[in-house]
Amino acid sequence: MINVESMPARITRIAFLAIWLLLTLFPLYWIVITSFKTPGAIFSFPLTYWPEEFTLANYISLFEKADFGVYVLNSFIVATGASTVATLISLLSAYVLARFEFRSRTAILMAFLVTQMIPAFIALGPLYLLMVQLKLVDDRFGLLLVYIAVCIPFCTIMLRGFFANVPDALEEAAMIDGCSRIGALFRVIVPVMKPGIVAAFIFNFVNCWNELFLSVTLMNKDENKTIPTALNGFISSFNIDWASMSAAAVLTILPTMILFAFASRYIVQGLTAGAVKG
Amino acid sequence: MSRQQTTLKERPSTRAGAPAAPRARRRQFTTRRGFVILAFMLPAAVFVGVFTYYPMIAGSQMAFRNWNLTNLTDTSWIGLGNFEKILADPSFGTILGNTVLWVVASIVPQFVIGFAIALWLRRRFRFRGLYQALIFFPWAISGFLIGILFRWMFNGEFGVINDVLKKLGLIETGIPWLAEPSSAMFAVIVANVWYGVTFFAIMILAALQSVPDELYEAGALDGASKARMLFQITIPTISTTLALTVLLRIIWIFNFPDIIWAMTGGGPANQTHIITTWMINITQRGDYGMASALGLLVVAILLIFSAFYLMALRGKKEVTA
Repeated sequence: MINVESMPARITRIAFLAIWLLLTLFPLYWIVITSFKTPGAIFSFPLTYWPEEFTLANYISLFEKADFGVYVLNSFIVATGASTVATLISLLSAYVLARFEFRSRTAILMAFLVTQMIPAFIALGPLYLLMVQLKLVDDRFGLLLVYIAVCIPFCTIMLRGFFANVPDALEEAAMIDGCSRIGALFRVIVPVMKPGIVAAFIFNFVNCWNELFLSVTLMNKDENKTIPTALNGFISSFNIDWASMSAAAVLTILPTMILFAFASRYIVQGLTAGAVKG
Repeated sequence: MSRQQTTLKERPSTRAGAPAAPRARRRQFTTRRGFVILAFMLPAAVFVGVFTYYPMIAGSQMAFRNWNLTNLTDTSWIGLGNFEKILADPSFGTILGNTVLWVVASIVPQFVIGFAIALWLRRRFRFRGLYQALIFFPWAISGFLIGILFRWMFNGEFGVINDVLKKLGLIETGIPWLAEPSSAMFAVIVANVWYGVTFFAIMILAALQSVPDELYEAGALDGASKARMLFQITIPTISTTLALTVLLRIIWIFNFPDIIWAMTGGGPANQTHIITTWMINITQRGDYGMASALGLLVVAILLIFSAFYLMALRGKKEVTA
């Protein structure tokens, strides 16, 4: 079926795929181009599709006018910390859920799946009150703890899929040779699963880096804001400064795009594995 | 013999030889096994329990209380008062309609375009890997930032979309997209379609690749046309996977406030809110009682919808089988 393709069919296919590629890339192109234009060029007619004059002024003013460096640092600390801890914890839970059969296993899996359908922001108010009681409001450590909890369910489900591809025999051999179970896990299985674990880590990192509603609720002071929280402040002001906004958007997107480029193949694997089997 | 079989069944991961081991050793192994399960599961369970389930469950009783951050002296039980407040809100009808429109008008084009891309990506071509990587990129961006990108492009004055439409001669003066409710809804849906096509393309491509080649070979022997094979082999084979993917996506889009939040913030005059953006708005006003009631409403709507959807799916499967 796939071997013969008539000329019109071929042209339709190529044209369609090309148009979609163009539509996919254009918004990114546009924000990048905007960020390198002078504010004068951004707000004047006719619009230019290639800047007549490239400038870094928008990026420089972003760091001078706003504490953008502080936001970047906050986002980086919280996202790195949370995704590292969440990946380690999920590695343990995914291992147990993949290798053992026990009574509450299905219940635990269901409980994790449900959190994927009812997003965390539904309980924003109660969560805020809980954090007030724990004295963790406006605290990067508090946000980090919440993000760990947000990352764990999907990360566990994803890693469990990768464990299924590693034969039991591997760790059994290691345990017969005198390794403890946790030793077998970290010395024998983790090295084999490395690509999957890195992908899970990146997926967590990107989610934490991008998260908005929890951090808006829990972080009020300017010095504690993550990038999305700060951007949320920029857009709720009456007049949006699109010159600095475009530069901020590019700087936010850049790291996640680079990370995704490395991990996309494994993330796709992790996402589709469950779906196709089920 | 039967005893041994049940033990085997209960523990498929038991090492070979273990069933033959003396009973005492086996019991020791069992308790150690229980310990390992507990110790490895505990951290995950604690985090998800404390920071996800506790707020959700503890918060649901707020739905039946007068619980407002601006007035904490009276948090009395008011029964269904918060639900009445939701129903009585003049924008509730619009918001409910917007939510349905947001889900349906986003998912249909996402599915159709995603399906087409998946079908056309099944054929190998030289830059297929690169192509997949490039169309994958919207996924690296958060919904919130996508909202910001599209808010800038849909800008009524200096937006590129108006400029392109003018150049193509489709409009003469710029449209203030985000200032009018109907065009603002259109704009946020365009952004969501753009964002979601990749997901369907990837999921459907994976499903397509699971269809065994033999089916097509048999079809080709019978002289079936391509269109016939698509409708009589491909789609029936992957229909269950497709239906479940669509269901998960409906639930996800229903709960996806980020793009609207960034593009319109629910405005103008609450006319582009969906239930979840409205809920966040109410939370920020401090009315946790009403927000919790709305949260319960969302869960109820999605549960009932999923139940009907799955029932319809099962019924259909039995008819075709």
